Amino acid sequence: MSNVHPYVGRAQPRVDGPLKVSGLARYSAEFAAEDMVYAAAVPATIAKGRIVRIDASAAEAAPGVIEILTHQNRPDMPEEDKPYKADMVAVPGGPFRPLRDERVVFSGQPVALVIADTHENARDAATLVKVEYESETPTVDVGDARDGAYEPPEKRNGIPPPPPPRGDAAATFKGSSIRLEEEYRVAAEHHNPMELQATTVEWDDGRLVVHNKTQGVNNPKNYLCSVFGLDPASVEVVSPFVGGAFGMSLRPLYDLTLAVMASLKLERSVRLVLTRAQMYTMGWRPDTLQTVALSAGEDGRLTSIRHEVVQATSQYEDYQEPTVNWSGLVYDCPNVTLGHKLAKLDTPTPSDMRAPGATLGLFALETAMDELASKLKLDPLELRLRNYAENDQNDGKPFSSKELKAAYEQGAERFGWSKRSAEPRSMKDGRELVGYGMATGCWEAMMQPHGASAALTADGRLEVACGTADIGTGTYTILSQIAADAFSMPIEEVTALVGDTRLPMAPVEGGSWAAASAGNAVRLACAALKEELVKRARGLDDSPLANASADHVVFRNGRITLVSDEDVSVSYADLLGAAEGGRIEAMAKFAPDKDFKEKFSSFVHSAVFAEVRVDEELGVVWVERIVSAVAAGNILNRATARSQILGGVVMGIGMALHEETVWDRRLGRIVNANLGEYHVPAHADVKNIDVIFVEEKDEANPLGVKGLGEIGIVGAAAAIGNAVFHATGRRIRHLPITIDKLL
Amino acid sequence: MNRFSYLRASSVSEAVAAVAGDPAARFIAGGTNLVDLMKYDVEKPGRLVDITRLPLNAIEETADGGLKIGALVPNSDLAYDQRVRRDYPLLSSAILAGASAQLRNAATTGGNLLQRTRCYYFYDVATPCNKREPGSGCSAIGGATRIHAILGASDSCIATHPSDMCVALAALEAVVHVQGPKGDRTIPIADFHRLPGDTPETDNTLEHGEMVTAVELPAPRFGAHHTYLKLRDRLSYAFALVSIAAAVELDGDVIGEVRVALGGVAHKPWRDADAEGALKGALPSSSAFADFADRLLSGAKGQGENDFKVELAKRAIVRALGQAAAGTPQVQSVKQVN
Amino acid sequence: MAQAQAAATSVTLTVNGESKTLDVAPWETLLDVLRERLHLTGAKKGCDQGQCGACTVLVDGRRVNSCLQLAVMRDGCEITTIEGLGEPASLHAMQAAFVKHDAFQCGYCTPGQICSAVGMIREGHAETAEEIRELMSGNLCRCGAYTNIVEAIEEVLAERNAPKLEAAE
Repeated sequence: MSNVHPYVGRAQPRVDGPLKVSGLARYSAEFAAEDMVYAAAVPATIAKGRIVRIDASAAEAAPGVIEILTHQNRPDMPEEDKPYKADMVAVPGGPFRPLRDERVVFSGQPVALVIADTHENARDAATLVKVEYESETPTVDVGDARDGAYEPPEKRNGIPPPPPPRGDAAATFKGSSIRLEEEYRVAAEHHNPMELQATTVEWDDGRLVVHNKTQGVNNPKNYLCSVFGLDPASVEVVSPFVGGAFGMSLRPLYDLTLAVMASLKLERSVRLVLTRAQMYTMGWRPDTLQTVALSAGEDGRLTSIRHEVVQATSQYEDYQEPTVNWSGLVYDCPNVTLGHKLAKLDTPTPSDMRAPGATLGLFALETAMDELASKLKLDPLELRLRNYAENDQNDGKPFSSKELKAAYEQGAERFGWSKRSAEPRSMKDGRELVGYGMATGCWEAMMQPHGASAALTADGRLEVACGTADIGTGTYTILSQIAADAFSMPIEEVTALVGDTRLPMAPVEGGSWAAASAGNAVRLACAALKEELVKRARGLDDSPLANASADHVVFRNGRITLVSDEDVSVSYADLLGAAEGGRIEAMAKFAPDKDFKEKFSSFVHSAVFAEVRVDEELGVVWVERIVSAVAAGNILNRATARSQILGGVVMGIGMALHEETVWDRRLGRIVNANLGEYHVPAHADVKNIDVIFVEEKDEANPLGVKGLGEIGIVGAAAAIGNAVFHATGRRIRHLPITIDKLL
Repeated sequence: MNRFSYLRASSVSEAVAAVAGDPAARFIAGGTNLVDLMKYDVEKPGRLVDITRLPLNAIEETADGGLKIGALVPNSDLAYDQRVRRDYPLLSSAILAGASAQLRNAATTGGNLLQRTRCYYFYDVATPCNKREPGSGCSAIGGATRIHAILGASDSCIATHPSDMCVALAALEAVVHVQGPKGDRTIPIADFHRLPGDTPETDNTLEHGEMVTAVELPAPRFGAHHTYLKLRDRLSYAFALVSIAAAVELDGDVIGEVRVALGGVAHKPWRDADAEGALKGALPSSSAFADFADRLLSGAKGQGENDFKVELAKRAIVRALGQAAAGTPQVQSVKQVN
Repeated sequence: MAQAQAAATSVTLTVNGESKTLDVAPWETLLDVLRERLHLTGAKKGCDQGQCGACTVLVDGRRVNSCLQLAVMRDGCEITTIEGLGEPASLHAMQAAFVKHDAFQCGYCTPGQICSAVGMIREGHAETAEEIRELMSGNLCRCGAYTNIVEAIEEVLAERNAPKLEAAE
């Protein structure tokens, strides 16, 4: 029996909220260790070439300096690539290894590590390390590398390559009178979570406790064991709080490798906090050149889609994300050709950034759809409805659920889409041009095997645990809600634990799979704990529940009670009293239902509506309001779920209007590697955002959950760009839409 | 950040002597720019002379009806001072358009005058920069120039001055009071900052060891006929691509006095007395303002990526003069430009 | 009397009401002293350049970026960090409003947002949502909790103004 008013489905305040608002939540750079030393990484000043000479003498002589590591004197590390691929998010190629050798493969690459007694001494000495380079001309712009674009010979694990062509898109396009072909580009972006990437290694006589900013503690642990040959019993990764990541901290980053290298060498505790500029020397959302060609009949039905992308990657790895697949999926169309090529740049390998692939691909497709609607003189929403896909167009499977039509309807209603006048430049408010735009969003509803535990502890609390992460998504809270409901307990009596390798196994938190996967794992663990409790209750001497089965009892008010007779019960306290160590624990494993996945496609959908205001004369543009209507299955927590969508939308506003990583193409250096000149949206840029969760029943997992971390951003930039077109009649196909592009 | 010695000055003369006698010494007050630059290794002072405890934080009325603002008055105190809001709303508005509330709480009036450029390359010690390292070359020319100068640049430097406050001070014709080893002097704001020429390492006309002690504003004019209009890449907490401080005095129906200073376009706040003079006597109209803007920008030259600033500046001038003439100044929390 | 020193100098800071005397080098920032020396890690390092606001604390009641303050220059000052505003069991009204409105996600910018909001209300120049947005723009939130943050602040402002309005009637 569940709570009369279950926690699941409520707008439950975050259980970790009080810790976060009082500054007591500890992030990776905030664990203190005795006798700890501080490290600082020295960044390469060239983007491509080799180190000729390192003169560390001045740095060595600086106050407080303990050690300076370079490729010349670092401890031995494995030569081959394989140990470094003990990274569950690795991509084809040879992973970057700090201090590997004299080669420089991107600007800002760490070429030395200074370790000193204080943070200030390490920072100061790092500036005294003199490095001489032999420099080659770098390529950092995907446009400059497009001629050498190639299809990746090895596909990235877990990322579906573009599906094979269906029908004949080229011939259909050629024979069509209603058609368009355009190139779209989105500027390179960096994740820029607020927390700096950091690792604190607590060294205790050869045993390591590593506090590393990560989206999944098991990934750095596996990596460290593989790379440094550590005994898994001698290293734990403990990272209970993550100050935003958005994909950046999925893979082991060089702060981890360097901090542990230094700790093992010095046999001391070490802290390494990267600088904001160094946050631009790792993963990023790749710059892409996308071509979309669409044709349609007079009835507005799509007759062909061609979507090809040239996506940036590094010289040393073939990073891939699913950029074009969406164009084969979201609309009903018989002739589709999709292509994905890579172009090598002298930059770090790009990495997953909030809705990788979908964000870029659907910007292009949904802008092209708006262009098609304009050509057809058809309402953009009507065009989507006429091409609505009732099943997965890529593989023909039915959807496990798809309430996108309801999202379109409810979103349009809330937004007031019917008030949109069809012609561009036809809506004004005083001096400003007003524009309404919309777009569709889509993201795969994924799940991964997760373990979880549930325990009654000596103090009578319920403790649930899973080795996943809470990167701000609300994992602590939803796990607590699920557990509280399972035991009809007040949520205040539940403790949720994540972010620790001593907890049951979980992969990284990414792809929006954590809620469905960890949530169901905890649900199963709670069920297993109930069974264990009933078993123990039956086994008590003179047990009143001696013949009871799990089906015949309820769990509430700290007791197991017979359904048929409320006076017959056993208290948790009695069971705990009899239990060894005063703790009763059960474990469970959740795995996605393979048969279900064989039969159904599962996706999250959204309809995004945006209103922009444009001061055409001055090129000033802002987003007045956004309505995001999301179909994502069952909503576990209406507050944290809404926040996920808000966050995605805000990042979408940044993508549409502000964000752009700028390289000096001659030097291969990023010129705006800071938060002053790389503009993420500020308070003033964000006005009204309305989130709707449409009713959607899904059976892919018992909780009916699909995941929300990515969907908020998908389609947001296209909706804004389409609104700018509606306001001004100008189509900006290269994001961000900055003042100069509107003048 | 390099190592340096620290001195807390107890008098202006002591501070001046301490800096004047040591080429590697710098004054420090709010620190919002200097400490930032030190973290980037752009500034490497051997000694910091802390002037924050000196009695330079008063705003006093002057005999000729103006205001004398102590160099240590924080930007926010200045912006919110009742007399400044009433008599110099253009200055208040410009200050509130800049930086963030936290930075304005720490930054001082004198320090704001001495802000250094935000040129990407000036900040990146891995690249040549004539301003940072005289004679090393200018990396910005031919590089990423979206934020750079369109007026008054040289072959040595195309950096801009980043201040908002100074743009208003230029329009208001403030006077800077300084005290140096050779005594006190005053410098009209127009002569305070300089163009880069072939010595871009020098931002202003201060001698080493001279300290800004106050900024004096002449008696108030213009009433509600002013505006500060700032255009940038996000709606707050960003430096100007182009900003306009405009003030107009109407003589009946026609323009009497007009002042227009541009920010974000040059190594110093940009004014053109000839252009302003030519607007005198004209009826306020978009076409008159457009002619004025053309004249003001006649020498403008883009670097490629920042070519748009020329047109943007022209349009912004027309709009700003319209606001000023109508007496409907821009309010900084309002993002609509009236 | 003026003193010049390149080495550590003794400063006294009143941090969250407690007097702390410690030797600091001139190049130590207030933020680093709070985090690494006093283990008050509530003030966050997000950029170390005054470009994000995560390090915002109140110095003599005014909100400033502690990453740009040299600790030696704040000798004798009163510092209030997030830890000094309230604890989980006794939250400050602003902290409680942030929890209620889900005005954060990862929590990393949050102490800075809250200190900044408290400082802003003291300054007394924000009444409308538009003014709050402008005067809070020095605090970036990459999780995008802005609309919830503004709602939390509006609620605290309304509570604070309510008695005043009644008194005026």
